[in-house]
Amino acid sequence: MSQDTLFDKVWDLHKVSSLPGGSDQIFIGLHLIHEVTSPQAFGALKDKKLKVKFPERTVATVDHIVPTDNQSRPFKDNLAEQMIETLEKNCLEHKIRFFNIGSGNQGIVHVVAPELGLTQPGMTIACGDSHTSTHGAFGSIAFGIGTSQVRDVLATQTLAMNKLKVRQIWCDNKLSKGVYAKDLVLHIINKLGVKAGVGFAYEFAGPAIHELSMEERMTICNMSIEGGARCGYINPDEKTFSYIKNKLYAPKNEHWDRALRWWESLKSNENSIYDDVIKLDASKVEPTVTWGITPGQSISINQQIPLLDELSPNDKLVAEEAYEYMSFKPGQLIKDTPVDVCFIGSCTNGRISDLRVAAKVLKGKKVSKNVKAFAVPGSEKVATKAKKEGLDQIFKDSGFEWREPGCSMCLAMNSDKLIGNQVSASSSNRNFKGRQGSPSGRTLLMSPAMVAAAAINGKVSDVREFIN
Amino acid sequence: MKSEFTQPIGKISNINGQCIPLIGNDTDTDRIIPARFLKCVNFDSLGESVFEDDRKTLKGKHPFDLEENKNASILIVNSNFGCGSSREHAPQALMRWGIKAIIGESFADIFYSNCIAIGIPCFTLPKKSIEEMQNYCNNQFLFLEIDLKKSLAKSKDLNFNLEIRESSRKMFLTGEWDATSTLLDNENLIENKFTQLPYIKFNTNLL
Repeated sequence: MSQDTLFDKVWDLHKVSSLPGGSDQIFIGLHLIHEVTSPQAFGALKDKKLKVKFPERTVATVDHIVPTDNQSRPFKDNLAEQMIETLEKNCLEHKIRFFNIGSGNQGIVHVVAPELGLTQPGMTIACGDSHTSTHGAFGSIAFGIGTSQVRDVLATQTLAMNKLKVRQIWCDNKLSKGVYAKDLVLHIINKLGVKAGVGFAYEFAGPAIHELSMEERMTICNMSIEGGARCGYINPDEKTFSYIKNKLYAPKNEHWDRALRWWESLKSNENSIYDDVIKLDASKVEPTVTWGITPGQSISINQQIPLLDELSPNDKLVAEEAYEYMSFKPGQLIKDTPVDVCFIGSCTNGRISDLRVAAKVLKGKKVSKNVKAFAVPGSEKVATKAKKEGLDQIFKDSGFEWREPGCSMCLAMNSDKLIGNQVSASSSNRNFKGRQGSPSGRTLLMSPAMVAAAAINGKVSDVREFIN
Repeated sequence: MKSEFTQPIGKISNINGQCIPLIGNDTDTDRIIPARFLKCVNFDSLGESVFEDDRKTLKGKHPFDLEENKNASILIVNSNFGCGSSREHAPQALMRWGIKAIIGESFADIFYSNCIAIGIPCFTLPKKSIEEMQNYCNNQFLFLEIDLKKSLAKSKDLNFNLEIRESSRKMFLTGEWDATSTLLDNENLIENKFTQLPYIKFNTNLL
């Protein structure tokens, strides 16, 4: 059993009681909600005649269903309009802080909370969304929950949970040029498998992780869940603290000094005990692209799609399903695969640094005429910053559409969807069958820089050929 | 889909029913219920859309469309079932179709908690036993009697010692799987914890 890791310290601090069945009751410091997984939870509160216990500890925004082309109300899609209205009504009734469209602070929930300084080290954070693991980049313990658990957090500010084991993933050296956090996390998921993290929290550590910016760290933690780990985190350091400082909800004045001292004390001890430790060499990672229907089915840009014989017995079943669905042949190169749609955005890679990297690749170039390309900033703040830096113009000049903030085509709960069996180069997090809105649509996950390169060439390309 | 859906309530100690095998690893919740069906403010009509895209692709040959499975209530799956999105809509859709328990090689964490929270026990068995069940279902009906007290599944020909997380087993047997009231019992402890947490004092601007 793990000891003295940040996970242990934060868990123990938030433990309210041991429940009769053997699980722990855990206090949730920050609860984030959005329009998709909360309405039924509010409905259940009403049925049970319960109130929201600590309304100030829940913060809401709207992201999944918002259109990214025209955000004027009422939305064209009646169901989407009904969902945002329900959220507005619930927040008003229960006095919950809500960052609505036009507030200047709306956006994808996992982009918004960090940029407002809501996400802080040592907190427990829950949200009815599996990518809540993103917030672990700050040394918080953050995990996705379902709607019944959203109800529990609203009613009690606590959850019944079994403590997770802790696996440290130690990344030596550093990433080479043209290789990004997205490549590293895809590589990790490929090496460990999509279910290795079940029952675990992942602690990402080592020189390569230390080197990453906060936004890159968020990309890593965001995709912990794709490796099966409900929670992923990184010990906080100077970069964490300076990112938070002066943000809207960051501790101020004398509280800042006290917060800093406390945050410092939370880091995993040098002699912490882990349930498991994995080491890998980050300098060996190359630009990585998925070829299949799980985020674990990825290869380096110059590799061939694996042959059935090269795979472990457990991976064969899904591989066969993937060859057929993707219409790929085993042994085929992923490089030069034609793409129809290029999407830059999502809670994985829709932050300002992602847009900067992609814009750098696109500057002075044109998107292939066979490709529909669009960029979706992760939040209103990201959009404002991008415009100030002229990034929107670079995107538009290259032939990209520049959209309004939202989850967009990551999960296609809005009008951004693949059509038929189109192939997308996507900076999002999931390549599941049908994920991007068409039951036969095909998704290739990659870094935003690689999406930009694919957009220019109209086919999967090595971004290193653009930046040297 | 069965019309007589009733939400489980109280103690759950026995589940008897016909098995429905679904073969495949890493079945994600987008496949169980595609995102377009999440545009709803209640779960009521999800049952008919469970596995919608997979079913359309298989044109009536999907296990959830086969006439012989229409009364089945125990789902038999392989490994990492329910991975991906946290959408509770996935187990809600399965439950509304008629699924009352799931037996599999392994489950994704969030999916597992969602099932427990709405009264669907999830059991695990080694790969070999799951395949034995799935093969058996190829030629004949497999009716299982699941006894949660003994963690045992019995049928005419096959018996299995099921594994289930002890905390979940106890919650079902005592009827305390709907966590809200159990958590609220500790109201004083929750208040105490709130005042003790260092960061509550740092974030004065949230109040």
